[in-house]
Amino acid sequence: VYQVFQSVAKKYDVMNDSMTLGIHRIWKDIFVRKMNPSPGTLLLDVAGGTGDIAFRFLSYVRSVRERQLQRKLRQQQNLSWQEISETYQEDKVKSLGDSRVVVCDINKEMLKVGKQKAQHLGYSEGLSWVLGDAEELPFDDAKFDVYTIAFGIRNVTRIDLALREAYRVLKPGGRFLCLEFSHINNPLLSRLYDLYSFQVIPVLGEIIAGDWKSYQYLVESIRRFPPQEELKAMIEDAGFFKVNYQNLNAGIVAIHSGFKL
Amino acid sequence: GKACLSRTEPKALDGRSGEEEAVSYQLYPGHIPTSPLQKVLLAAGSAAMALYDPYRHDMVAVLGETTGCLALPSLRDKMKHHPEGYRILQERPRIRLSTLDMARLRGLPPGSLGREYVRFLEDNKVSPDTRMPPKFVDDEELAYVIQRYREVHDLMHTLLGMPTNMLGEIVVKWFEAVQTGLPMCVLGGAFGPVHLSTRKLQVLATQLVPWAIRNGHNASCILNVYYEQRWEQPVESLREEIGILPPP
Repeated sequence: VYQVFQSVAKKYDVMNDSMTLGIHRIWKDIFVRKMNPSPGTLLLDVAGGTGDIAFRFLSYVRSVRERQLQRKLRQQQNLSWQEISETYQEDKVKSLGDSRVVVCDINKEMLKVGKQKAQHLGYSEGLSWVLGDAEELPFDDAKFDVYTIAFGIRNVTRIDLALREAYRVLKPGGRFLCLEFSHINNPLLSRLYDLYSFQVIPVLGEIIAGDWKSYQYLVESIRRFPPQEELKAMIEDAGFFKVNYQNLNAGIVAIHSGFKL
Repeated sequence: GKACLSRTEPKALDGRSGEEEAVSYQLYPGHIPTSPLQKVLLAAGSAAMALYDPYRHDMVAVLGETTGCLALPSLRDKMKHHPEGYRILQERPRIRLSTLDMARLRGLPPGSLGREYVRFLEDNKVSPDTRMPPKFVDDEELAYVIQRYREVHDLMHTLLGMPTNMLGEIVVKWFEAVQTGLPMCVLGGAFGPVHLSTRKLQVLATQLVPWAIRNGHNASCILNVYYEQRWEQPVESLREEIGILPPP
């Protein structure tokens, strides 16, 4: 799996756009909206390599923060100029409101691409990049408010270990969120999806990235991944409560969510 | 040549259960079995990508493999019916740096095939090892034929006296198009000039391409020459033997 992502890293984003016809962006938008993070949240994004979730998270909390500040300012219409400028100063520093995201990935190349993207897109504060293994996270217990893993968990050899690690590093009250390819129940759609996956995706991989084999592997790993109910059970086994899932696009993709109580 | 894509293809590859069987259909190392639909998509995609980014040599290779299903068997038959070609098919010689004795070739007298070939490789800073191995050809012998065609390409340059710049490559492509009938050569020769200046286009159209086409028709099949046994032969004599006229 490691070698697959080494060769895939640089063309990852291009391939994602081509394979999903850009829809993966919408999926990730919905994912972060479901997370609905408030300013001050500490997020751990695992297998977050090129930063898609992290950047969306930062934009989201920044806009929430802006609205908070605007509301605060409106309430302060009657204060003196001195008092207003003081509060404005201290708030200005916290445009993110202390929200931070740690992007953790097992692959150096993916992190490198992510860092470059961050620079290019102008994300500087509130971001850290850490090399780490989802099955054995380099973090202390109960550190994070939210744990996310988007399109990463299917590449983990021992999913149960990754889930247990997720549980460990989350604070009580913390939320586990997982975005992943899943199973389509509808037989007709399922046939069409299979046709597309097996016939078109490796071809796209060969044409765009010069790499048939990695994308063949990708399609196969999606088929092997546990379906929605099974994954839900695994998440519950790790200790999470109120576990549910939401299908996107009839089950091509599913968001699983659970809480540590 | 798309009509021939309805050849027998393992149908199991369309579904999930086909994955295990796909490996058993691997006919040679590096072979990736593909369905007819995949071949069509690959042909179209590789053609578009090769036009968009001419440095994607792997795309040219893929285009050659996916569209060569008529030309390759006919090439193989030409080889089978010629004594030297037949021997090549039996012995399957490969041209790579590990099998060539570069020092010996360099020591050969100037004007000999070996010496001029090495001179060509060094002048243009190319190596025979950069040729893509075939992936999408579904016949093990035909895979060798296309591999041989690729490895002999540099010798074509040497015999035609063409450098590896855009112009030289296009001229060689036209020659190869007439010789092999590979659609990829025809497409390469026709669309390659898209990236050239008008002055070069003129030289190409008026002098070089007609000469290349004439040579292609005049010359005997270039895949039927056992180059590895002719390193000492003077280039001029080999040109005469095959029927290649000197460049304008």
